[in-house]
Amino acid sequence: MRRAVALLVAIVVASPAFAHKSSDAYLTIERDGTALHGRWDIALRDLDNALGLDVDGDGDITWGEVRTREADIAGYAMSRLGVSSGGARCAVKPTAQLVDTHTDGAYLVLKFDGGCPRPGPTLVIDYRLFEGLDPQHRGLLNYVENGHSDSIVFSADASHRVVGAGSGGPLRQAAAYLNEGIRHIWTGFDHILFLLSLLLPAVLVRNPPSWQSRPSFRASFVDVAKVVTAFTLAHSITLSLAALSIVVLPSRIVESGIALSVVLAALNNLFPVIRDGRWIAAFGFGLLHGFGFAGALHDLGLPAGALALSLASFNLGVEVGQLAIVVVFLPLAFALRSTWTYRRLVFTGGSAAIALLASVWFVERALDVGLFSALAAP
Amino acid sequence: MRPEFILIVAVSLAASCAPAAAKPFVPDRDDLVLERLPEKGDPALAELKRMRAVLLTRPRDLKIAIPVARRAIDAALRLGDPRFLGEAQAALGPWWNDDDVPPAAMLLRASVKQSQHDFTGSIVDLDRVVARHPELAQARLARATVLTVLGRYGEALRDCEALVRHASSIVVVACQAAPASLSGNAKTAYDDLVRTLAHPGGDAGVREWALTIAGEIAARLGDFAAAERHFVDALALDPTDAYLKGAYSDFLLDRGRPREVLPLVAHDTRNDVLLLRLALAEQGLPDRQAAFAGHRAEIAARFDAARRRGDSVHRREQARFRLFIEHDAAGALALARENWAAQREPADLRVLLEAAHAAGNRDALRVAMRWVDDHGLERFVAAAGLDRRS
Repeated sequence: MRRAVALLVAIVVASPAFAHKSSDAYLTIERDGTALHGRWDIALRDLDNALGLDVDGDGDITWGEVRTREADIAGYAMSRLGVSSGGARCAVKPTAQLVDTHTDGAYLVLKFDGGCPRPGPTLVIDYRLFEGLDPQHRGLLNYVENGHSDSIVFSADASHRVVGAGSGGPLRQAAAYLNEGIRHIWTGFDHILFLLSLLLPAVLVRNPPSWQSRPSFRASFVDVAKVVTAFTLAHSITLSLAALSIVVLPSRIVESGIALSVVLAALNNLFPVIRDGRWIAAFGFGLLHGFGFAGALHDLGLPAGALALSLASFNLGVEVGQLAIVVVFLPLAFALRSTWTYRRLVFTGGSAAIALLASVWFVERALDVGLFSALAAP
Repeated sequence: MRPEFILIVAVSLAASCAPAAAKPFVPDRDDLVLERLPEKGDPALAELKRMRAVLLTRPRDLKIAIPVARRAIDAALRLGDPRFLGEAQAALGPWWNDDDVPPAAMLLRASVKQSQHDFTGSIVDLDRVVARHPELAQARLARATVLTVLGRYGEALRDCEALVRHASSIVVVACQAAPASLSGNAKTAYDDLVRTLAHPGGDAGVREWALTIAGEIAARLGDFAAAERHFVDALALDPTDAYLKGAYSDFLLDRGRPREVLPLVAHDTRNDVLLLRLALAEQGLPDRQAAFAGHRAEIAARFDAARRRGDSVHRREQARFRLFIEHDAAGALALARENWAAQREPADLRVLLEAAHAAGNRDALRVAMRWVDDHGLERFVAAAGLDRRS
């Protein structure tokens, strides 16, 4: 039936006026929660250039030549499209291959479905089709979410794009980034352990050669407040600087530096060097942690249109998550501060364990090896 | 048995308005031909494809990359098919971003950029080549051409003069003719060119190029009989040159002879520039209205596809299309002004003037007329019938 229509059209329009144009592919991605549905129209002529579809070399591409290479085509194309949500890669698999026409000739229509491990405020897309074969190739994306659609052009110079920022309105957007900030601090064990290492001594007073319980809750509260405020201030500064690309540090240096900061903070509890000035350490190392948050935010994708709002929401989320930890920690630690459990098990044992674990991270991150990856932070 | 060739033409009007709206389908026969590749029946392209396959295995081998890029650029110009420019750029990939690359690679790089209408980038590359190899005629000639497109005639003429000891006299004179004719010396430049062309022989390609320039200058001077002679002579030397066909089509359209445009470009509908000429010719012919409607929709679809990818290579043609086919003077003027900011050929000036007239925009008209005054182009304006409209 459809072919009959196609034939009829061919007869009605006498001159087949396919255009000579630069290479484009037309990509549609529709997101529904964690589910993705896609359609990718790729010119057969371009696929022939990349994969050699014209097996018999007669200058014609037949459906048989396309059909028998279905797996190669899907493999080639899908390996050049990366989609991630909430910093985690989505699994995408082809579901069907059809044929269609555009102004310049016949296209393969690759349909695909995907699932993301978790929903994120945006979708980060890496597009590298025909990389190295045709620098003039463009990927024209139509991104659809909540009945709202966006047009984005991928090129060799712009292969990494963040989409979906405007799909839910600013309030929903802010809430999503706030949520991501909280999630990041709660699952980012290195940040929590750094903070805890600095907070553990807050309910104690150093009286060489031993520690004694701090008499008032107020004094402990003030100590905690100083450390948390300094840490917050410092990482907010560097998070903003890095997210706005004003200062950029290599992630290997940042990540190993963060690990080292955890080691030093924990060791300081066992062999005190800094006593009253822990807030200074919190500030200094906090600068480094800010770069770490920025790395997570980058993986998440910062939408160009709503940069300030997303950045502020993410930062706020980090603070909210951090305060929640403090609110649970402080009363508990204060109540237990005179017990053997707190003194020996939590304070001394905990600090030693943290120092050991963070040393493993440091070696791993600094040398870029995965020997202890089972123990490492996610 | 040869597979039956069935074109899946979705160039119905509906599909043209929304290029991606046609229904995708799964063919039910393996021998259904979906696409005819450009190398079919074109040995030069088949050879290019073989060479590209070799280059893919040794991408840093300049001895392979240079001929691949050169052939790809030739194909792009000959067929008006920009996909080959992408292939040329890919072949030059290892030499695309560095400042210090072999002159042959730099020249081809400049040529690709010129064809993509990145004139500024092209000039930067050519400046580098000329600075290191001032004797390289190709670089001087290429730079003179780009400078002429940009309306920088004085600099273009200096490059042409530098060719004197390094190129044949016809190359030097033809190089000078275009910029000289656009900076107040049209008659002298034309006479010099005709005198040089009177000597027979020489490279056919160079001669065809020089004849095309002569035809364009004669038309601008209002000597239509001479212009036609030059165009016809040039076509005899190369009946496939897309640039020449475009120039001759414009001449015929101006002379009120649209029917003669039809056979000239009937088989070039894949080329946007020539399809526009065909549509402009059909527009004025009562018996060609059905074809005109189809081609009009097709051009609109192609310009829409170009817009979606962020392409502005054919802004001049888009302005003409908007003005003369869509009758949208304001839209045409916006395009013509954008185009004028990027390139300054007589055709660019002309569409700017025409759109400014149609839109009644005094500001744009002043800009265009100042250029006419500054460059002594009054006869061109008169020959194109533009003076009567003000």
